[in-house]
Amino acid sequence: MGLELIGITVLWLFLFLYVIVGSIDYGAGVFNAHSILTNKQHILSKVIQRYLSPVWEVTNVFFVFFVVGIIGFFPDSAFYFGSILLIPASVSIILLALRGSYYAFESYGAKGHKGYAFMYGATGIFIPASLSVVLTISEGGFVSFENGVPVLDYTALLTSPLTWSIVVLSLVAVLYISSVFLTWYAHKTGDMKATALMRKYAIIWSVPLIVAAGGIIFELRNHNIDHFESIMQLWWMFAISFVLWALTLRLIWLKRHFGAAVWLMIFQFMFAFFGYGISHYPYLLYPHLTIYDGFTNEAMAISLIVVFILGMLLLLPSLYLLLRLFLFDKKYVKGKRE
Amino acid sequence: MFFDDPVLMSRLLTILTLSFHIFYATIGVGLPFMIIIFHWLGIKKNDLHYILMARRLAKGFVVTVAVGVVTGTAIGLQLALLWPNFMQLAGHIIALPLFMEVFAFFFEAIFLGIYLYTWDRFDNQKKHLLLLIPVAVGGALSAFFITVVNAFMNSPSGFELVNGELTNMNPLLAMLTVSMPTKVTHVLATAYMTVAFTLAAIAAFRLMKGSETSYYKKSLNVSMKIGFIFAIASAIIGDFSGKYLAEYQPEKLAAAEWHFETEERAPLILWGILGEDHEVKYGIEIPYALSILAHSDPNAEVIGLNEFPEEYQPPLIIHYFFDMMITIGMFMLALSFVFLVARWRNWSFVDKNGYRWLIVMGAPLSFLAIQAGWWMAEVGRQPWILRGIMTVDEAATTAAYVDVVFLGFVLLYLILGIGTIVVLRRMFRKRSIEEDLAYYSGGDERWA
Repeated sequence: MGLELIGITVLWLFLFLYVIVGSIDYGAGVFNAHSILTNKQHILSKVIQRYLSPVWEVTNVFFVFFVVGIIGFFPDSAFYFGSILLIPASVSIILLALRGSYYAFESYGAKGHKGYAFMYGATGIFIPASLSVVLTISEGGFVSFENGVPVLDYTALLTSPLTWSIVVLSLVAVLYISSVFLTWYAHKTGDMKATALMRKYAIIWSVPLIVAAGGIIFELRNHNIDHFESIMQLWWMFAISFVLWALTLRLIWLKRHFGAAVWLMIFQFMFAFFGYGISHYPYLLYPHLTIYDGFTNEAMAISLIVVFILGMLLLLPSLYLLLRLFLFDKKYVKGKRE
Repeated sequence: MFFDDPVLMSRLLTILTLSFHIFYATIGVGLPFMIIIFHWLGIKKNDLHYILMARRLAKGFVVTVAVGVVTGTAIGLQLALLWPNFMQLAGHIIALPLFMEVFAFFFEAIFLGIYLYTWDRFDNQKKHLLLLIPVAVGGALSAFFITVVNAFMNSPSGFELVNGELTNMNPLLAMLTVSMPTKVTHVLATAYMTVAFTLAAIAAFRLMKGSETSYYKKSLNVSMKIGFIFAIASAIIGDFSGKYLAEYQPEKLAAAEWHFETEERAPLILWGILGEDHEVKYGIEIPYALSILAHSDPNAEVIGLNEFPEEYQPPLIIHYFFDMMITIGMFMLALSFVFLVARWRNWSFVDKNGYRWLIVMGAPLSFLAIQAGWWMAEVGRQPWILRGIMTVDEAATTAAYVDVVFLGFVLLYLILGIGTIVVLRRMFRKRSIEEDLAYYSGGDERWA
């Protein structure tokens, strides 16, 4: 396995982790806002805030890790994506900034402020949408070159059905991942009402998820036939993903083993996400930039990998401690510790 | 739209983001350190006052951390969005400390989350205090790695330049550049100093308003002591920075000092106005001082700005940034020194409102000094983004609408800045120290 592949695999893994923890976070905000709107906040807010409070910053770091990592391993991507993404990425940064700080403002300063809760919920919809546009752009077809500098064609991007199907998928995935997770979490806290409500959401969003994912594969056939064909070669990964989805839904439906359902759901997304990533290989930006021509020098690549391993040795125990104290501490999740 | 030049707008947006972020970054480095000191004093002296200082500060800290995190994320992305050519080049050689910074921050974020939510979960308070150490270390390391990157921009090394191409990269040597030691230590020392003086200012202000006297007196005394220690450290390191500049970036020192002709026994000029023909009016001239600052020798020769081609001369405005930083630094050093002597000799004038107002002024002044220092460092590197290798003109994006994005961020920082102030005020008003003291000292055993 070449250094390029190691680099992109690590980064893709972190992006995957961000998709999962970020979705839980974004979806929780949406459900929280929705519950206030429909006067069901007494059911949900407590559960959601108990989970969110200690972990929100950590979620953000997964994203920064991916961005810094991709510039480190593939400096040319800074040039290509940096030039193209000024507007969409700035929109994402502004939304992320509002979300992160207003969460802190609300939780520590002005508890129960409805305006903040709605803002928090709204950014949970707009951030995944704006971030998912990067995936669309990487499919190619929206970038042209002027004087050797890549330029984004906004009209083509915003009128492409591919863009909007990816946006829809990102939103549905956020709500689905989040509701499956929160079903389990609510169940753990022993809160029957919240469990029932989250379970209902998980079931509601499961079918649109599969429809949206299928729709994208269909769209890709028109948009980027190369990518479509490599996806077809990896059909088995998507098939496994589909089976895992069906198993998750079955457990949730039968109200059994919510914890196992979360794991099945994570693996479902892992197969789909890596299937998508592998079929995108070797392109970072189709057809202009591959992981091979955008790669850094060997000395840098090796030092980054060494630092990564050392960093993980430090982080994994710390993350374990965080999870043990908050996610898996029986007293804490049941609200008996403050 | 209103400003079409992407280079100018990229520079303005970067200045805006960095200037806004540095408030929060400074607090992020300095405050956990101060909380450790208070928390440790509280355990050692078994004094509820110090424990409450730690506890109250930690609560406020979360708010500044949140804004620090999100503005830091903004910088990380803006580097690539506004300076894509620079990041493409720099990614090859200076990505390592950027990557390490993410880990340091990750580490800090995890333990801060744990510390905040576990005040009452440990029977032994010392264990809880231990959780704060990774937070302080993570904060300091973040500052360290980011300053390493900035040092590289000022004195790039760790590679060879062959026909305009970078070859033979050594990421570790790129981190260990000549400007790194002075820059890193100066950033850390001034952060500790600024936060200490800010806490002193808050204590002095509350004392004037007649709040819980012994609580704020303790806080004031400890903060002034620590502020003084780091003010001395900052001054000494600042002197080393001058020597570094004289040796490796003489054009920056010359521009900061309005020192045009190369000469021996060079005087140091403070403030003043630049007239025609580079003639300085109304300035305070300290004989030999520049030669001493540059080479520790009153007779030494200091290179003048005229030795450098005009297109490579930094803007002369950095003179004011430089003087602002030095004047404030000296003022704070004197202020804290007098305070400590007065405490020792039992002089009471430092407890009068006049002196307390000076201490209150110390908080905004210290932050202004930090800003001025960064403006001096960054504007003083012009026209280079990577000294001697790439100019800002070559580095900037050519994308349209940087001006629109700039407006968006102005609005964002306005909202975040106002939000921080409103939330912090509300937080500490809602629960005054008197109420906190009454609540926690009611026969409660958790502090024993």
